[in-house]
Amino acid sequence: MIHTLEPILREHPFFQGMPDSYIQLIAGCSTNVRFEAGHIIFHEGDPADHFYLVREGLVSVQLVVPHDGLTTVMTVSNGEVLGWSWLFPPYRWHFDARVQKPTHALAFDGKCLRDKFDQDHSLGYEIYKRFMKIVSERLESTRLQLLDMYGNHA
Amino acid sequence: MATMLEQPEVLPPGLASDPMLPAPYRIRRVSQETDDTFTLELLPEDSRERFSFTPGQFNMLYVFGVGEVPISISSDPDDVPLLKHTTRVVGTVTKAMRQLKRGETMGIRGPFGTHWPVEEAAGRDVVIVAGGIGLAPLRPALYRLMAEREKYRKIVLLYGTRTPEDMLYRHELEQWRGKFDLQIEVTVDRAASTWRGNVGVVTTMIPRAPFDPSNTFAMVCGPEVMMRFTVMELLKRGVPAERTYLSAERNMKCGIGFCGHCQYGSTFVCKDGPVFAFPRIASIIGKSEI
Repeated sequence: MIHTLEPILREHPFFQGMPDSYIQLIAGCSTNVRFEAGHIIFHEGDPADHFYLVREGLVSVQLVVPHDGLTTVMTVSNGEVLGWSWLFPPYRWHFDARVQKPTHALAFDGKCLRDKFDQDHSLGYEIYKRFMKIVSERLESTRLQLLDMYGNHA
Repeated sequence: MATMLEQPEVLPPGLASDPMLPAPYRIRRVSQETDDTFTLELLPEDSRERFSFTPGQFNMLYVFGVGEVPISISSDPDDVPLLKHTTRVVGTVTKAMRQLKRGETMGIRGPFGTHWPVEEAAGRDVVIVAGGIGLAPLRPALYRLMAEREKYRKIVLLYGTRTPEDMLYRHELEQWRGKFDLQIEVTVDRAASTWRGNVGVVTTMIPRAPFDPSNTFAMVCGPEVMMRFTVMELLKRGVPAERTYLSAERNMKCGIGFCGHCQYGSTFVCKDGPVFAFPRIASIIGKSEI
């Protein structure tokens, strides 16, 4: 008996309200993955050929800052999305992703999805809308971080 | 006509004596919380001194010969007459305050102002969102909630600081986390790779925090920008505006609404606040000219 990932996809907040027909299409590009603490999911500069929906766990998005060393700029945890570089050329990661706590996730093959988007623009539009919301929220968070709200001037 | 030195006919809640007259308190301990933040523990020199406060209220702390500053009370309301005040070194008075040693005396007027809706929240979920030193005015509310834990449903504390080193009351947070009846999520704006916790602004934790928004009281304290964005996220999640409270900070001087230094639109923060239900200040929060 073949078990599909569709029920698991439907449970994730990213797919909330998405039509079943789209879930069926997307499920074909997904796999269930588990990472142990310390594992590097991707490295800065490597090909960005996947994205991940974290079901449970904690992943740090990091980069090396001169003088400061390896610095965590954000973390991704339960119900959140890791990675959007697979959506835009040149499809390369801009940061490292390091697992902080054992993490269960759904991994999606970016090339597989982009091919489906080319065949079904409505599906692509739906996914891009959902990613734009995440990008917008993260931009807002980054701006707040840049404000250094808790500094002495606050 | 009343003058500022005359005792008002009706004293503000909690005040047992002339609100303009500081009572001498002796410093029991000074603890360094972070690089620039410290806590004073104070006991009244007069053992007959009556003092009670409700979570969210503040005192005017007087360093003799230097000046007076308003600082929220951060101790357990059930542990009076011991008072704790956590503050950051930001100006002349707090700098002098940091130099004070155990056994030295300072003046205290208070308590002043409004309080967190701890009693009103009974029977509901409570979400507390604190940013930086904003945890200090919320700590008395946490003590009271934990003391009467059975009266509440879920209690969630979301706490954001600049770095892991800027976290207040670390030992206490660990103790509370260990009790398993208080969900605590801490996040920092930036961290070295050795930090194993969350990184990101505190507002990002609101969408996934475990509380029922339609049945929640929210209490928010931190820098004003943080509070504005936190309130937006809470409203987006479905927490009613009238059950969302925040603590405003202004230049309080007299503490009883006489001098006008802390006027915030049509309200006086010292008397009508510092704790406000969001609708009360929704039209003025974030306006640069106020």
